[in-house]
Amino acid sequence: MLKISSLKSGYDGMEILRGVDIYVDPGEIVALIGTNGAGKSTLLKSIFNLADIYDGQIIFKDKDITNLPTHDLIREGISFAPQGRLVFSDMTVFENLEMGAFIFTDKELVKRNIKDIFEKFPTLKAKQKHNASTLSGGQQQLLSIARALVQNPELLLLDEPSLGLSPIAMKEVFSKIVEINHRSVSVLIVEQNVKQAVSIANRTYILENGRVALEGNKDILKNPETSQIYFGLK
Amino acid sequence: MISSYFGGLLIMISIYLILALSLQLALGFCGLFNLGFVGFYAIGAYASALLALSGQPFWFCLLTAALVPTIFAYILSTATNKLKGDYLALATMGFSFVIYAVTLNWIGLTKGPLGLPGIPRPQFWGIDFNNDTNFLILSALIAILTYLILHKIASSPFGKTLEAIRDDELAAKSLGKKTATAKSLALMISAFFAGIAGCLLASYLSYIDPTSFMFVNLIPILTIVVIGGLASLPGTVFATIIIVLLPEPLRFIGLPSSLIGPGRQLLYALFLLLILLYKPKGFYGKVELE
Repeated sequence: MLKISSLKSGYDGMEILRGVDIYVDPGEIVALIGTNGAGKSTLLKSIFNLADIYDGQIIFKDKDITNLPTHDLIREGISFAPQGRLVFSDMTVFENLEMGAFIFTDKELVKRNIKDIFEKFPTLKAKQKHNASTLSGGQQQLLSIARALVQNPELLLLDEPSLGLSPIAMKEVFSKIVEINHRSVSVLIVEQNVKQAVSIANRTYILENGRVALEGNKDILKNPETSQIYFGLK
Repeated sequence: MISSYFGGLLIMISIYLILALSLQLALGFCGLFNLGFVGFYAIGAYASALLALSGQPFWFCLLTAALVPTIFAYILSTATNKLKGDYLALATMGFSFVIYAVTLNWIGLTKGPLGLPGIPRPQFWGIDFNNDTNFLILSALIAILTYLILHKIASSPFGKTLEAIRDDELAAKSLGKKTATAKSLALMISAFFAGIAGCLLASYLSYIDPTSFMFVNLIPILTIVVIGGLASLPGTVFATIIIVLLPEPLRFIGLPSSLIGPGRQLLYALFLLLILLYKPKGFYGKVELE
């Protein structure tokens, strides 16, 4: 579904990713973990054309999408929920979802999509007329994910969905991610909460200094190389 | 008939309303802290004044007064598109100073500090706009039209995109919004209406000079936007009336004329301070000024 080859990217001439190769198959949850500054968020931003790409190729459903404008990427079937629960705080929950659905010109389709989202996220339905700023951290994160889902993606990019959440809220967010995946949406997730991310992922990549250092399945945390990457242990 | 004094006040309310509404679009809705706004006002005023003095019809002057600042806004937005917050404020403030310096020093075109006197009032459809009541009707109609157009823009999907950019530009980008284009358009529309206000001011006063377009002239317009409330058009109308009328009692308490100007600025500053302290969202605003 998604294949990234030899990707070099960064910001304003500064190279963060130094040749990354990863892939995501249909129906998979793939986790990207690694220490701070490893380039995890930059990888998601590069896919979504929010970082500068210097070299390499990004293929989605057999089409080269390298440097494709963001609105075209959404039309191709990729959506992105950025780090930090970036909801539009002065808009209502409903308006936030409408903002996500702007790519559809058919108003009936927008209504249908939002209705569908409310069925999947009953908490948001109950608060649809409330300003997003009045939601709890967990609810804001769910709104951020729901706003991306309203675009009907085939691949969802999630950047640290557990950031700043309480353990209960985090559990809810992760179970929602699994539920989304069961509805045939592939997920590429960047996460600091390594244990949680690995537990829901089919495969995991560990990034180190802008390169893939290790690839594995649910046992990746038992691999001695993982400790070496995270803690410098030999 | 309305007395000349009250007619003049109502005309100034119309002109300030157009200015404040147009600043509201860029600042209140899109979050662009554009301190170069007075520069657009100046360009509109000078463009229309020069054309009117060369005998061009009013509608042509008005259109040019709107379009020339729009072009400048496009250039300014292209140059400052990656700037945000304080950096954008500083860069656009520089633009305001440059325009002021041009009006002051390009003597051949603007007559510098002497200003441009004898700017004719409009005359069309057999109506003489030298009559203040007629000019008031014209300026009020343009102000109402400005309100309706900006209201339409603000409640459109484009308006919602501007609000999304104000709330969080990265989030808006991540939803596929063309944020750079939207910000540029917001600045251009804002400049378009500021230019129209400049044209009305030049026609009404029949005289303009650089002092009307100094940076400090942004204070009352900014005060209106903050007091009315960011992203609130009805609030802007309410605040315009208050801010234009607020310093008027100063005229009647026997203050020397040299003190009226500073007294007016003092009142604006005091009012702004009180609002920011006790009502940070203004009277009808949805968001706080950050």
